Amino acid sequence: MTFYTPSKKLMNLFRLVLVAILFCSSNFTANAASGEGHGEAFSPGDMIMHHVKDSHSWHFVDGHYGTLHLPVIVYSADRGLEVFSSSNFYDEQHNTVAYNGYELSHGHISLVDSEVKVWDFSITKNVAMLFINAALMIFIFMAVAKAYKKNEGKAPKGIQSFIEPIIIFLRDEVIKPNIGHGYEKFMPYLLTLFFFILFGNLLGLLPGAANLTGNIAVTMVLALLTFIVTNFSGNKNYWSHIFNTPGVPLALKPIIVPVEIIGIFTKPISLMVRLFVAITAGHIVILSLISLIFIFSSIYVGIGSTIIVLFINLIELLVAGIQAYVFTMFSSLYIGLATEEHH
Amino acid sequence: MDLLIPGTGLFLWQLIIFLILFFFLKKFAWKPILQSLKIREESIQNALDSAEKAKMEMGQLKAENEKLLEEARVERDRILSEAREVANSINEAAKVDAGKAADKMIADAKIAINTEKEAAMADVKSMVADLSLQITEKVIRKQLQDEASQKALIEDFVKDLKLN
Repeated sequence: MTFYTPSKKLMNLFRLVLVAILFCSSNFTANAASGEGHGEAFSPGDMIMHHVKDSHSWHFVDGHYGTLHLPVIVYSADRGLEVFSSSNFYDEQHNTVAYNGYELSHGHISLVDSEVKVWDFSITKNVAMLFINAALMIFIFMAVAKAYKKNEGKAPKGIQSFIEPIIIFLRDEVIKPNIGHGYEKFMPYLLTLFFFILFGNLLGLLPGAANLTGNIAVTMVLALLTFIVTNFSGNKNYWSHIFNTPGVPLALKPIIVPVEIIGIFTKPISLMVRLFVAITAGHIVILSLISLIFIFSSIYVGIGSTIIVLFINLIELLVAGIQAYVFTMFSSLYIGLATEEHH
Repeated sequence: MDLLIPGTGLFLWQLIIFLILFFFLKKFAWKPILQSLKIREESIQNALDSAEKAKMEMGQLKAENEKLLEEARVERDRILSEAREVANSINEAAKVDAGKAADKMIADAKIAINTEKEAAMADVKSMVADLSLQITEKVIRKQLQDEASQKALIEDFVKDLKLN
């Protein structure tokens, strides 16, 4: 019974998260948006970009304690590796200032008096989000794995019975049909991929959360890994299809072969762009609808907008699942094409 | 445009964290989970298979039982008909034997009767002879009581003698 208590807690947490997504995100974004606007004219474009893009500090609410200043880690050939808080870039009035020879401008750190390239490995908002995502995944899946050890040979229960159907669905409906023989080898990668994207998408919908899976660097890494897995597990049949496409007349080969080679790269690029666009677009739509309230400064637009945002949020929940599914499905399809035996 | 340019730092962090996450979850989560799922599915499949097998065995057993029963029935019928045949043949034999015995007894009786009859006839004959002798004696005596008849008789004899 010791396991039951944390799982119950976890389920409560899930409920809380759901409630938070449904009712608070619109409130929060509205609140944050108002902060953008004070002092100068409200610019929806700036506000939206600020929310969608990565940042060196994590802005929750207005006020002195509403912002979490994240650590900056920079490396340059001149200065070597340096670590300091991003709060050093701001003065009392929240104006950006140079610190220790570094300056922060539009999210980029550079040296004030040198043209040397500065490599920025800071724990940005998205990196922090990445840590949270990874920690949450480890916490949940360790609990699930523990439950399997505990309930060996028994019916699943608690969080185990929540995750199990998803794993079985992925295995039987997505991975197995697309890869076929030898699919077990790719299960760990594809499951990690699916749940990483799903959790990232869902966490991204939380009020104040970072737009992790809507960042092109993140989707690029995921697509790159699929690209590597696909091409490293590609068999003779796969490569012969690319460089010596069967059933194609010799005269057409100079056209087909380059197309096939481009195809190797367009597949992961489509994965990268699709996830990035779907998630970022969702955030932009919600933020735009919120912006309407501040543009019109009308209570009626506010009510209307909030209702629409609520429904868009529900759609975004659906999109979170669909995009995770689609990414995993296409990854397994590409791997399946690469490992397919000649027939 | 900033939105479309992947940040080097985030790229690197994502790569590192995702790979760590992948290897960690692979070892500590996916392997035990998938293994347990496989084991459970196998055990369910085995249970279903063995149930199916038991069902089939039951069916087989039932068929065998029916076969045995049928065989027993046939055997019983055979035994019964054989017994009937035996009984019939015994009856038949008994009947024949009885007939023979009766015939023999009858024949014996006939022979005995004949013997008795002949003996009785012989007795009767001798008795008749005796009786006729006695009667003759008495008759002769009575006839020959007077002289005349004696004379006549003698004359008769003499007459016969003359003829001879």
